[in-house]
Amino acid sequence: MKLGRVTGTLVASVKAADMEGLKLLLVRPLTPALGAEGPLFVATDASDQAGPGDLVTYESSREAALLHAPRFVPVDKAIVGIVDQYAYEGEVRS
Amino acid sequence: MILGRVCGTVVATQQHAFYRGRTQLLVRYTLPDGSFDGEKYVIALDLVGAGEGETVLVKDEGNSARQILGTDANGPVRSLIVGIVDG
Repeated sequence: MKLGRVTGTLVASVKAADMEGLKLLLVRPLTPALGAEGPLFVATDASDQAGPGDLVTYESSREAALLHAPRFVPVDKAIVGIVDQYAYEGEVRS
Repeated sequence: MILGRVCGTVVATQQHAFYRGRTQLLVRYTLPDGSFDGEKYVIALDLVGAGEGETVLVKDEGNSARQILGTDANGPVRSLIVGIVDG
């Protein structure tokens, strides 16, 4: 898992059948100090309640798809959870 | 396995059911000399009671993680802290 920031939402009405009903979000990957780490990506939401502005954890590749098991989805990034508290080097950040 | 140092803790209430009640720690990769390997890091589940500042071993591979946790083939987990390095 890694840290990311939800920066936007995305709607795709035509997608793979198994992805029906999955929420899509734009996510900015973050460094441990919460700086930007690279380009934005699109992720599905396995936490169910993530939205823009949230600090989240996300998983990549096969584990991202498994977050939606038993559905088998063509997904390579998925949000695991919404971070309530993140402490880094003894300092609480958000 | 990856050598790293625990640098942070992550607490989430609203999250995938698999992760509820499991401790998640942020581990930054380290080089053999103990310095950080750039910005590389991973958030891993803690199986050994590791704490901030400790050097740890992280298993970052899905199938072995699922076997260690005894989950079925659909366990959505990849990264585990499996050891604390003494020296």
